[in-house]
Amino acid sequence: MRPLTLSRLLLQCVILGAILFCVMVLALKFGAVHVSLYGLGRDLLRVFLGKSTEISSEYSLILNIRLPRILLGVLVGASLSVAGTSFQALLRNPLADPYVLGVSNGAAVGAILALLLEPHLALTPEIASVFTPLGGFLGAAIAITAVYFLGRREGRIDSSTLLLGGVITASLLSAIIILLLTTMPSSNVRGMAYWLMGELSAVPSRPLGWVLRVGFLAAAAVIYTTASDLNLLLSGEKEAMHLGVDVRRVRLIVYIAASALTGLAVAMSGSIGYVGLLVPHVMRMIFGSDHRILIPASAFGGAIVLVIADTLARTVAAPAELPVGAITAIAGAPLFIYLLRRKLA
Amino acid sequence: MTATARSTSSRNPMDAARAAAEPRLSVEQVSYAYSPNPQQAPIFTLEATSFHAKAGEVTAILGPNASGKSTLLQIISGALHPLSGRVLLNGFVTHDLEPRARGQRIAMVQQESQLLFPSKAWEFVMQGRHPYGRSLRFETDDDVLIAKNALAQVGAEHLSDRWMDQISGGEKQRVILARALAQQPLLLLLDEPTLHLDIGAQVDLLETLRRLAVENRYTVVIVTHELNLVGEYADQVALLQKGKCLRVGAPASVYQRDLLEQVFQTQLTVELGSTGRPRVSILPGSGS
Repeated sequence: MRPLTLSRLLLQCVILGAILFCVMVLALKFGAVHVSLYGLGRDLLRVFLGKSTEISSEYSLILNIRLPRILLGVLVGASLSVAGTSFQALLRNPLADPYVLGVSNGAAVGAILALLLEPHLALTPEIASVFTPLGGFLGAAIAITAVYFLGRREGRIDSSTLLLGGVITASLLSAIIILLLTTMPSSNVRGMAYWLMGELSAVPSRPLGWVLRVGFLAAAAVIYTTASDLNLLLSGEKEAMHLGVDVRRVRLIVYIAASALTGLAVAMSGSIGYVGLLVPHVMRMIFGSDHRILIPASAFGGAIVLVIADTLARTVAAPAELPVGAITAIAGAPLFIYLLRRKLA
Repeated sequence: MTATARSTSSRNPMDAARAAAEPRLSVEQVSYAYSPNPQQAPIFTLEATSFHAKAGEVTAILGPNASGKSTLLQIISGALHPLSGRVLLNGFVTHDLEPRARGQRIAMVQQESQLLFPSKAWEFVMQGRHPYGRSLRFETDDDVLIAKNALAQVGAEHLSDRWMDQISGGEKQRVILARALAQQPLLLLLDEPTLHLDIGAQVDLLETLRRLAVENRYTVVIVTHELNLVGEYADQVALLQKGKCLRVGAPASVYQRDLLEQVFQTQLTVELGSTGRPRVSILPGSGS
């Protein structure tokens, strides 16, 4: 009998944080322009000391272009992975991922509509730069709300009804995406296809970046407060209720917060697949199914995986860039099949 | 008194004596109606049912399938609102209790716990401590002690580090019971706990329940189909048929041959054993 303690939790988080840091530094190093780790360390230190003027132009380029992209990867990876962990517990379904309820398809429809509308509206450049992500987030929000009302039974969220409602909504929206794509001018289709596959090259503007950061921290913190409740919810709704869990409240909180995480991530980077499905499973194998450790571990794990995948996307076919979603799917699908077979064996 | 038993004794011995004599659980005229659609007539109704139980007593709810046993148990647990009437536990209406307060007073052992992701037996038992903390909490040394004690009380210390999906049905049932004990409840409810157990494990479970009810002063309510186990181990029986409570009383007074034959639609014989407890036997080939 060895219950989780705060010090053990913190130690594990520090280890994962250190791994993430190393991955981020390596991701900074690799790319079309090669740089030395020593030079990187020296200039990073200068940035921290506020001596930005002393940085060589080469490193300044790296820090201004690669670093924001890596930070975006960290946030998106962590968001998707925490959302996946939450949906798996909420729906009591190990196959659930952040997109199972149609959030990503909703975001895609919103983004495509925004892209189609944009030329017809006289938008200032500032608004135009955030117009597509905004459309994406709105689309996600509308999909979440619709699925919530579809998934209610006798005034409360019912896991299986929610799942069915979500899957149906997702397939309807994906049909709409195909229709919209066929009516799009061909110049937009390629960009949209990349977005649908998921990519991190469009680093959000400063205010959007803050929305993403604050949104992630708030939603993840809210989900984390229900970590013990989620552990019990996994044994079933009735059991959780008899053990003192306010099931209705926890379901609603987790549903909204996990959907918001997904909506934010998808609005910024498109629907990057497999991170939200696989990382929670891998973390569960390493750390067990206790959500008090699983949620932070998934956040770190998702960030690590997505930063590695994006580094590969930038480098394997350089100077061409691949959509990171294609990398996660190509690496993720075989891994998932392996995990599934191992579980069945 | 063990660590898993909640102290219910009062300071004044007179008060303590009075508390022991008064019922701890009062089921007062509770009824229920279920219809899948509010516009339709209910497809199941539970007519007004009453009984009382003291600390240390084992009450069994008996009846054929679809007689309303589990519904009555859910109402007692506070999970289901009765249509009319109320259930009082130490003077508090059970369905008005906050989820956590309810979890500290009422423990429910369900038919089967479905685990999505496997956990160790001790982790499972530790869930019983959930009502005693905030939503996000880390277990204290006291929680560990109580969980260990709970496992010891059901003779399952050796299962502590085993995975829940790798132990037998009888062992699992003990661990589930240990989780209920870790809640340190006043009221212990069990919904068909003997369902997947062999006869030895069934007797073992009932012996354990009987002993725990006395030692820890639990009020135990059990829903089951096992007439003879109830006859042997229960203090009180509530007999239900098609949502109607036909009789409440000691097993010997409820186990009337005519009554049981009519309720269970088969020919039976009822004898009194040497202990004064009733025994029910079937007459083969007599099913209607």
